[in-house]
Order: sequence, then structure tokens, then C-alpha cells
Amino acid sequence: MDRRDFLKATAASLTILGSGYARAETPAQYQRLLVLVELKGGNDGLNTVVPYADAAYYALRPKLAIARDNVVQLTDRVGLHPALEPLAPAFREGRLAILQGVGYPAPNLSHFRSIEIWDTAAPSDRYLADGWLTRTFASAATPRAFAADGVVIGSNDMGPLAGNSARALALANAEQFLQRARLAKAETPTGNAALAHILRTENDVVQAATRLDVSRSFATAFPSTPFGYVVRTACHVAASPGGVACLRLTLNGFDTHTGQAATQARLLGELAQGLIALQGGLQELGRWDDTLVLTYAEFGRRPRENSSGGTDHGTASAHFVLGGRVAGGLHGVAPDLARLGGDGNVTHTLDFRSVYASVLEDWWSVPANGVLGGRFGKIPIVRV
Amino acid sequence: MHAPSVLRRVGRTAALLGAVALATTAPLAQAESPGPLGAQDARHLLARTGFGASGADVARYAALSREAAVERLLAGTHGEPDIPPPAFTDAGAPLPGPQPGMTFTADERRAFVREQARQTAELRAWWIDEMVHTSSPLTERMTLFWHNHFVSSQRKVRFARLMYAQNALFREHALGDFRTLLHAAAKDPAMVLYLDSVQNRKGAPNENFAREVMELFTLGEGRYTEQDIKEAARAFTGWGFDRARGAFVFRPRLHDDGEKTIFGTRRNFDGDAVLDLILARPEAARFIVAKLWREFVSPDPDDAAVERVARQFRANGYDIKVALRGLLLEPAFWASGNRGALVKSPTELVVGTLRSLDVAPPATAPYAAAVSGMSQVLFAPPNVKGWPGGERWINTSTLLARKQFLERVARAAVDSNVWVAAQPGDDVPAHLAFAQNVLLPLPPVTADVAEARAQRDPVLFVRAALLDPVYQLK
Repeated sequence: MDRRDFLKATAASLTILGSGYARAETPAQYQRLLVLVELKGGNDGLNTVVPYADAAYYALRPKLAIARDNVVQLTDRVGLHPALEPLAPAFREGRLAILQGVGYPAPNLSHFRSIEIWDTAAPSDRYLADGWLTRTFASAATPRAFAADGVVIGSNDMGPLAGNSARALALANAEQFLQRARLAKAETPTGNAALAHILRTENDVVQAATRLDVSRSFATAFPSTPFGYVVRTACHVAASPGGVACLRLTLNGFDTHTGQAATQARLLGELAQGLIALQGGLQELGRWDDTLVLTYAEFGRRPRENSSGGTDHGTASAHFVLGGRVAGGLHGVAPDLARLGGDGNVTHTLDFRSVYASVLEDWWSVPANGVLGGRFGKIPIVRV
Repeated sequence: MHAPSVLRRVGRTAALLGAVALATTAPLAQAESPGPLGAQDARHLLARTGFGASGADVARYAALSREAAVERLLAGTHGEPDIPPPAFTDAGAPLPGPQPGMTFTADERRAFVREQARQTAELRAWWIDEMVHTSSPLTERMTLFWHNHFVSSQRKVRFARLMYAQNALFREHALGDFRTLLHAAAKDPAMVLYLDSVQNRKGAPNENFAREVMELFTLGEGRYTEQDIKEAARAFTGWGFDRARGAFVFRPRLHDDGEKTIFGTRRNFDGDAVLDLILARPEAARFIVAKLWREFVSPDPDDAAVERVARQFRANGYDIKVALRGLLLEPAFWASGNRGALVKSPTELVVGTLRSLDVAPPATAPYAAAVSGMSQVLFAPPNVKGWPGGERWINTSTLLARKQFLERVARAAVDSNVWVAAQPGDDVPAHLAFAQNVLLPLPPVTADVAEARAQRDPVLFVRAALLDPVYQLK
């Protein structure tokens, strides 16, 4: 780089600094896609990854427990809910990781506050404005040519992409977005902070709209469920030439205070079918080996079933990691059901920020401490 | 969404021409406060304290001085809604749903939850209706302000009727005194349920309310200690909810009447005493005034001005009108640098557009749904901190939802012949110049507005003005 180029580059980066975060060097690792799947409402982890050899489980769940014979057995201790059977081959091939006891200290049982804690990766007594992915892209930017940093599908809440600095897109469906996008115009951001933000957002729409392509057709059959539709949109986005670093997909309805058995079976079936379709779609694109899928939720549910055939808000839960480069198997330790806390909930054994740290450093090579505001031990979920 | 023909024109009542004259002769008279406001200052005052402003509204205020205009706004506030609320809000009937000691089947519980959600949707449509028609937009803006300050959500409270009762409480005290409002909001049944006061018992305190009352309602983070919260929680024990009456109840048996040390004072405080202890601290007045500043003046409160207004606020028994009058007469409120510096909330965008164009829809439910679709679900703020507001209102999805709404309204409104469309005999260029002053807080960013004016095309003009990025601002 000669001196003039350097000066120009410096001036450019200073301009950007003035308008918000500095956008640092682009790691090539953003060619690797992260897909977050939110199980909104708080999925019951105990009936998802079932400790079928634990007598305490059956004692806590006289009506709701999954009978040993119905469990899709993975090891001599745990198995999957029968509706998750489609995921069992991935586990046996070592491409599905199960994270046990994922939660955080001083858990909050409010849906809203707890999902905010997960989305901002904050300690439970701290309120942060920006999502953890927003902070990630502020510390290590995605390529400018990307259609967006991330796309949120199936929810109007930006979740981990909340905050001003991320180029984040919320899509109900890609066709509708492209149809509405004609209402946005690219103008140079100027004026007061509020106006500049609006103009930046208009530019984000225009840039995404020019780089999103929904014309690709897939051989994979996408299930005609709400989540199947979300997955279809996700595959369209992933197929677009513009590229994005992450997708956040939402599957609603896990707040099963009553009649849990039927609802959860339907939702987990929808999840499993959707994830298999996602895998199929991304394999068609040749991207499955560059994809890491991670489920999360605001909390798990109370181990002891309630009197309405459901479960109430709980704390730590089990989650899945899926993808072509995932180091499969069981990770972490399942919480001890014989030693519940005073409120009847389990104590977490794995901090969700450890999962985030592993994603940041081992998937994207982005230093995690700064983004997460502390040091969290990693878990080996990515094969090296 | 409505069909074009359903928008009914409310009226083209005022002598717009007089305002046009003012707009062209004294549009930038900002320094002299005794003179008449002129169209630009009048629209600024009305849009900041209400929901948009129509040409007729602007014409009514343009001839007033700042002081007279502010006095008129404050004098026009009221404690009751203009439109009667839905019948289910009647506090005389027993609360629906599972009573203590009754068992509910899963189906009954589902039906109850569904019915409460339905009533809440009805409540949203009613409130939007009230905001569209009220004679005092400032009353509704302050009611909404307190809803986003003393946050409760129907998603936790469940009973739509209790959400209405809280809304009525906020309206009654919207511009009354903050001490009365704070005590009443603290014992409001929806609040007692939302912040778990019902679970706060002697020997097993729940700190939720004690924490939020200091952090979010009065002092702000860092202006108290964890010990203050623990002790205050003990003082609030025994505050509960009487399910049978649907009302607040104090249960002496559950109250901890031992001594508590709060802010360094040791005494047998009860909950009301703690609230008064908080209000004795100057930080409380500053905290509320700074929040009002961000709502009405600019995103960045000026410390010295906040201090000035906060002193008046405290010295006048926490009279909210005193605080508001002080803020609206601060030079910063009128400063050119603060024009268009705030983002319209979804409610302001939707209601303000209807009021600005002077049109009234026959049914407001679709408009309430539009507000929800832009991520402001009334009676269900996302968490106890409320809607973060400001730039957070705008992301790619909400911006497109806002623009799509505006495009549809523009299409429908022009067909229904709103005041923006000049009448035969009008001086069209002057009329459109006035209309731009009324609709936009800043010069438009896109060239479309000027083009539509050059073409003297009111149809294009309304669309261009509503879709210009500066229309998102107030």
C-alpha cells in the first residue's frame, strides 16, 4: 500500500468511526454461515433430550414423561423425543452435538427478560442495548459486498442483531421484502442522528434487495409448516449471491403451560423436518460443510410437571448444534434432577456464553472476550 | 387495511389562508418568544406534544405566542377519555377466569387466555380511536408516556380489564402530580401482578418491584444500593391483589414491620413511606424531567436545563404540568438543531398521519394492528423497561412496514380529498408550500416532494411527503 492509499483508507475508516463503530478487517471466516434457531416460548429440554435411565425424571413427570420404549435412544442414558427421530442419523454420524444444561447464573424466569439476556449475552443483572451478533460485527466486520450482516426470519424482533450498527434485515418472506423494498431509496446518510439512521436503514434495504435472489429452485421439498416456510426463505437467502454471515430462524409456540404432550410433539416434529430440509437445501448449494446450526431459547421448563398437563418456566435446557463440521456427541453434563433448587428448577452446568465463545472463535475466528465482555471457557463443537 | 373510499374527511374547518400568510411572512421567527408562532413553530409544538397536526390545527395555533400556545395545550388536558371504553372494562362485574380454589380444565384455561387477548385487541382499537379523535392529544401522549414508564404487560397480567384500569389511572393523573401518580401506580392491580408484588411476603421477599421502582420509575440505575433494594422490598411486603374484588389489598399478616435501613435512615418504613423517601431525593425529579426531555425535546438532555426544570418540578409539589411547561418553554425545545431530531413511534406515525391529513377511519382495529406490525404492541411492551424508542423503532422490517402503511394511506387519502389538495381558487403553490410545512419537520431528503410541488400535483405531493424519510421524524 502506498502512502496515498493509506491516507485515503485512514480517512475512510475515520469517517466510519465518526458514524458509529469502527469496522475492522474482514475475516474470510464469514464465508461460514451461522444459523441460529430460536425455540420461542421456552422449549422443554427434558422431553427433548430425555434422561430415560433416570428414575428422578419419571418421578417428576408421572404424566408427561416419554416412556423408555418410545425414546429414540442415543446412549445408554439419553435419547431423543420420538418426533426428533429424523435427527438421530446425524447424531450417529457425529454431525449432531447435544449441549446439556445450557443456562446462566441467577436465571430470570420472564420470557422477555430472559431472551434479552440470551440475545445480548449480558449477565442477568445488566441491560445491554446491542445484541451479541451486533457487537461481533462491530468488532470484526463482514465484507461490504454482503447483502447484510444477518437476516432475521420468522420474527419481527431483531434479537441478537438488535442495535444500530449491524446491517441486519428482518424478512417475513423474501418475496414480500423484495416487493416492499421498492419503497426504500438509497440516499447519502446525512442530517441529525435519527435521520442518518433512517437513511442508513433505507440503504440496507436497497443493498439487500439488489443482492437477494429468490429465483433459485430447490430439489429439496420444504415442509408446508410455518417453520418449513422459514427454512425455505433461509435457503433462498443463502442461495443469493450477496451472502450473509448469519441467519436467525424462529419457531414459535413452545410456552407449553398446558397440554404439552401434543403441542411439543408437533413442534419438535416441525423442527426436525425443517432442519432436515435446511440441510438438504444447503447441501444442494454446497454449503452444508460451511454451516453451523445452533438452537437456543429463553429457558427450559420446570422439571416437575404442573397440574394442567404442562410445565412452567424453568432454567437451563438442552440444545442442538448441527452441521457438516460439527463435532457431534454429548457435550457437558446433564443437570442433576435429584438436586433441584428451592424454586424447583435445575442449576445450569454450561453457560450459554461458552457456546457463543466457541462459535465466535472456532467458527468465525473472532476473539470472544471483547464481544462477550469476559472470558468463557470454550467447548469443542467444531471439528478441526 | 381499508379500501380507499372508507377514509372519511373530517373537515376543512379553519381559515387556512391566514395560516398560509403567516407561514410565508414569519416562518422562522424562533428567537422572539412574544411574537406569533407562525406555521412552522406551531406544527413543531403540536407534532411534538400530540400526534401530527393538520393544516387547521396549525392555523389555530400559528397566531399565538409560545406562552399562550403552551398554556392552551396544558389547559385543554383532561382526565377522562372522550370516547367511552369497551363494555368489558366495567369495574363493577367480577373478574373473569379461574377463581382461587376452582380447578380449570386446559380447554377452559385456553378459552380464558384467548378471550383476554381478544379483549386486549379491542382495547387497542379503542385507544387508537381515542387518540385519533381526542380534543387533547397531549393527554393521550402523556397517558402513553406513563404506560411506557410504569410498564405492565397484558401478556403477564392477563386481565384486559386491569390493563384498562391502569390506562384510566395514567390518563387521570397524566398531567397531575407525580407523587399521587407514583403511589397509585405502585398499588395498581396490573402493576402488582406484573412486578410480582403478590409474591413479596414477610420472610420471603421478592425484590422485583422494589428494584424497578428505583431503577426505572424514579431514580435511575446507580442511584441506590443493593442493600436499599433488599430493605425496600421488605417494606413493600403485604401488598397484594384481591382476586375476588379485582383490587389492591394490603395483607398485614404478610407485611414485615421490622426496622429497615434505606438511604441510610433506619425506621419501620412501610411501602408508602419508601415511595416518599425516594421522592425526597432530588435525583427523582431530575430522572423524570430528563425522561420527559427525551420524549419531547431531543435525544440528549441538557444537564443544566434539566436541573432548572427539575427544581421547579420539585418546588411545585411534583406538578407534572410545571415540568412540561418548563420544558416546552426551554429555548432548546425550539432550537432549529432539535427540529426533526426525534423518531415518531409507530403510534405517533399511524395516529399522526390520520390527524395530519384530517381523516377518520370508520374502524380503528386495522390501524391498531398496523401499529403492532411496526413493533409497538400497546398494552404489551416488550419488558419492564418498555419500548426503547428513538432509532430503535427503525429496522429494515419496521421501516418497510411503516412505508407500506404510508403508501396505502396516501393512496386512500387523496381519493377522499384531504385538505392538502387545494380547492378551486386556491393559490396552489402557496398552498403546497404550507402543506409541506405542516407535514414535514425538515426539508425533504428526496427530490420527489419538490417535483410534485413543481407539477402542482397534490396526489403526487401527499405520497412524496409521506414517503420521504424526514416524515419518519418529528
